[in-house]
Amino acid sequence: MKERLFEGADWDFHTLQRITDACEEVALKDLGLDVYPNQIEVITAEQMLDAYSSVGMPLFYKHWSFGKHFAFHEASYRKGLMGLAYEIVINSSPCISYLMEENTATMQTLVIAHAAFGHNHFFKNNYLFKQWTDADGILDYLDFAKNYVMQCEDRYGRIEVERTLDAAHALMSHGIDRYPGKKKLDLRAEEKRAGRRRQHEEEVFNDLWRTVPKGAAKSRSTLSIERRRKLLGLPQENLLYFLEKSAPRLAPWQRELLRIVRHIAQYFYPQSQTKVMNEGTATYVHYRIMTKLHEQGRISDGNFLEFLGSHTNVVFQPEFDDPRFSGFNPYALGFAVMQDIERIVSNPEDEDREWFPDIAGKGDVMGVLRDVWANYRDESFIGQFLSPKLMRHFRMFHLHDDPEERAGIRVDAIHDERGFRRVRRELARQHDVGFIDANIEVVDVDLSGDRRLILHHHVIKGSQLNETDAKRVLQHLADLWTYDVALIEVDANDKVLREYVVSPRPIAAAVA
Amino acid sequence: MPIHIIDRRLNPGGKSLENRQRFLRRAKSLVQGAVKKTSQERDIKDVLEGGEVTIPLDGMHEPRFRREGGTRDMVLPGNKKFIEGDYLQRSGQGSAKDSGPGEGDSEDAFRFVLSRDEFVDLFLDDLELPDLAKRKIAQTESEGIQRAGYTMTGSPANISVSRTVKLALARRIALKRPRKDEIEELEAAIEACTDEDDRAALVARLETLKAKSKRIPFIDPLDIRYRRFETVPKPVAQAVMFCLMDVSGSMSEHMKDLAKRFYMLLYVFLKRRYKHVEIVFIRHTDRAEEVDEQTFFYGPASGGTLVSSALQAMHEIVRERFNPSDWNIYAAQASDGDNSYSDGELTGLLLTEKILPVCQFFAYLEVGEAGGSAFDLSDSSLWSLYERLRNSGAPLSMRKVSERSEIFPVFHDLFQRRDTAQEKAAP
Repeated sequence: MKERLFEGADWDFHTLQRITDACEEVALKDLGLDVYPNQIEVITAEQMLDAYSSVGMPLFYKHWSFGKHFAFHEASYRKGLMGLAYEIVINSSPCISYLMEENTATMQTLVIAHAAFGHNHFFKNNYLFKQWTDADGILDYLDFAKNYVMQCEDRYGRIEVERTLDAAHALMSHGIDRYPGKKKLDLRAEEKRAGRRRQHEEEVFNDLWRTVPKGAAKSRSTLSIERRRKLLGLPQENLLYFLEKSAPRLAPWQRELLRIVRHIAQYFYPQSQTKVMNEGTATYVHYRIMTKLHEQGRISDGNFLEFLGSHTNVVFQPEFDDPRFSGFNPYALGFAVMQDIERIVSNPEDEDREWFPDIAGKGDVMGVLRDVWANYRDESFIGQFLSPKLMRHFRMFHLHDDPEERAGIRVDAIHDERGFRRVRRELARQHDVGFIDANIEVVDVDLSGDRRLILHHHVIKGSQLNETDAKRVLQHLADLWTYDVALIEVDANDKVLREYVVSPRPIAAAVA
Repeated sequence: MPIHIIDRRLNPGGKSLENRQRFLRRAKSLVQGAVKKTSQERDIKDVLEGGEVTIPLDGMHEPRFRREGGTRDMVLPGNKKFIEGDYLQRSGQGSAKDSGPGEGDSEDAFRFVLSRDEFVDLFLDDLELPDLAKRKIAQTESEGIQRAGYTMTGSPANISVSRTVKLALARRIALKRPRKDEIEELEAAIEACTDEDDRAALVARLETLKAKSKRIPFIDPLDIRYRRFETVPKPVAQAVMFCLMDVSGSMSEHMKDLAKRFYMLLYVFLKRRYKHVEIVFIRHTDRAEEVDEQTFFYGPASGGTLVSSALQAMHEIVRERFNPSDWNIYAAQASDGDNSYSDGELTGLLLTEKILPVCQFFAYLEVGEAGGSAFDLSDSSLWSLYERLRNSGAPLSMRKVSERSEIFPVFHDLFQRRDTAQEKAAP
């Protein structure tokens, strides 16, 4: 038996240090985790609200929409409609975890195990995060972004900057590269690049160019459509990237702002694809660490019961007809699958051997899990590792809702031998961002004519865009493009379902 | 691996303040509308409280490409009785539930809490006060100074001798500066000493001590402390605010709203200046009565118009409850200007003899219908009476108001007369 880490609910900074050391010992030795250096920060409720309103980041550029979120969160928090998270963790190196000061000692232990080791390991090892995010550079980049936005406001006016950012935010979900092949972002180099670019402009500035008479415009109608599309890198689904590179009349600083918003969107892209895995990993890790600490006698029985209470709340999965139901709880699903993998690896049944020949009975639980954590995202994770046993446990069933079908919503598959694979495939698809986000891409620009930008929305399963919102977003897009923008919704057979055309708004303030 | 544990709780708060202000600026017209509505519903005394406002989210909306409709597939937990091939009845709008709880609510209306300062700021903004006046009202006046610890810099007049000496003493002890009696003792020892060698040692020691006491000054500039003073708001005890209003049938809702705003503004103003503010509501037709706020603004009443009755009532209340030597008395009268002709004499007399001598400030607000241009054509009976009085030297502020934005000029007089009012107020 080892010495108790703490007694009761109170903690101080020495306790935190002891807790962290104990967690680290279990995490590194027993679980073999590989983590970024940790930085643990204790914050107040108000600071937690601050963090909420700036997408959880410790520093961010200023924008009214964050103020709106703050006001909203604050109001609902004050009224008691909403509790605050116990922690926020940031994918950076060092990995920063914010702990609420109100947490009891047990909760702090749970939260440290969960965030500082669970999430941390996942951030460092999962392929999506490795591919798309730069944990070393993010904080510096945010700092750069904040200062850059501030400088732009000084130079070009708050309203102009706000207009550009509003537009960029509206397109944020379509400012992401979805396929690797591009080199990974180096955010530190980004910052230097922006500085160099401006310096270069200042050095080569020559007012005489302004006075050079412009020649007759060259006709480019001779370009073939194929050639034109190739020159512009079309089709392009990263709308912000396309605007940054090709919008004809944006000022350099506006392009840089688009770039900043795009990079931040890219940074968060892996998180949206790994909610189940990320939370599942963290929950599994905290469960293992807490259990171990309890076995070692470092946590008293009473405190361990407190932990089990919170843990059970976190992994609670209401059933579909429960008023509390709002979809699958990523904590519950992720944790259940991880535990199930543990069972399959160490103690498989015949069914498991048939479904999971690669891992069943392999013995090395942590080895298998670390491999899973590193190489999967939600969609592939569920598609691969959701076992029949678990489907039976959750009593999953698949509904197919076709508005054309008069008889009602069809139960397409249930948790039986015939349905396992279909249920699993559908649940995996529900977690595939490719099916969740609208598939919109720039397909052509009429350069010889009125420079109209043409986008296609490839409609899947008849689900079209919300009209009001689509018009608003397109308005922003047209403002950035500065010529007409057309969005055509086409189905799988290239049949046009709906067409939007939006013209840019005249800018009230004189364009310099 | 080194682990850093940092206490961020002491970091300055209000990190989101800037974003919040940007949001308020952007939503200004909406928030202002909400504040206007809220302040109309409130009692005068509550105008200074912050509070929850609700604004329509239109214009504050952050659009995204969102998909909706179409065929949907979903996997749900908790199957109890379904088997493959079953059909479930759609209940009315089957998909309505899936918009996410709370989200639908926040789409059209957005509810949040304004702090007290934000609320007052927007309220004053709505009245279109000039900035200077706004600052005067909205910020606490600093009128007195009080001691607030010590500082390293200051004027020589403020040197705190005791603190300085204390620090010097501490420093001398810490640096082991030889004390005076120590040196004297040593000198005496040298006198008394006979042995040559001992003597030389003592003299050497004396020299070191003397050198040391030269190096370490008795009082160093570092020791000097000055008394620090801080300006603090000093509200002048207490004030009472009389709201007099004509509630005869000729006063419309719009007129009453103007009057209410004026009273609110006066209240805000007084609240900043005085620790304790009482409000007395007196309404009158052809007779006057003291009422509560609800009745004052919304209670029905009918009858003729005798202004003197209200003044008489006020006079009696002052005599009974508010001794002018203990209370600063402010009065504001709102009326559409009607008064029965025979009452003029008595009104004038009461005002000059009884009321004005005890008042800091008496404002008369003549309210008219919105956009009333005919309003300026002829002076009402009350207006001409008051004007006559003012011309003969009575300290009266009077204005005609038909729009909210015109309310402020009445205060202009108040601010100009502030110095004299202050002198009077001083006991």
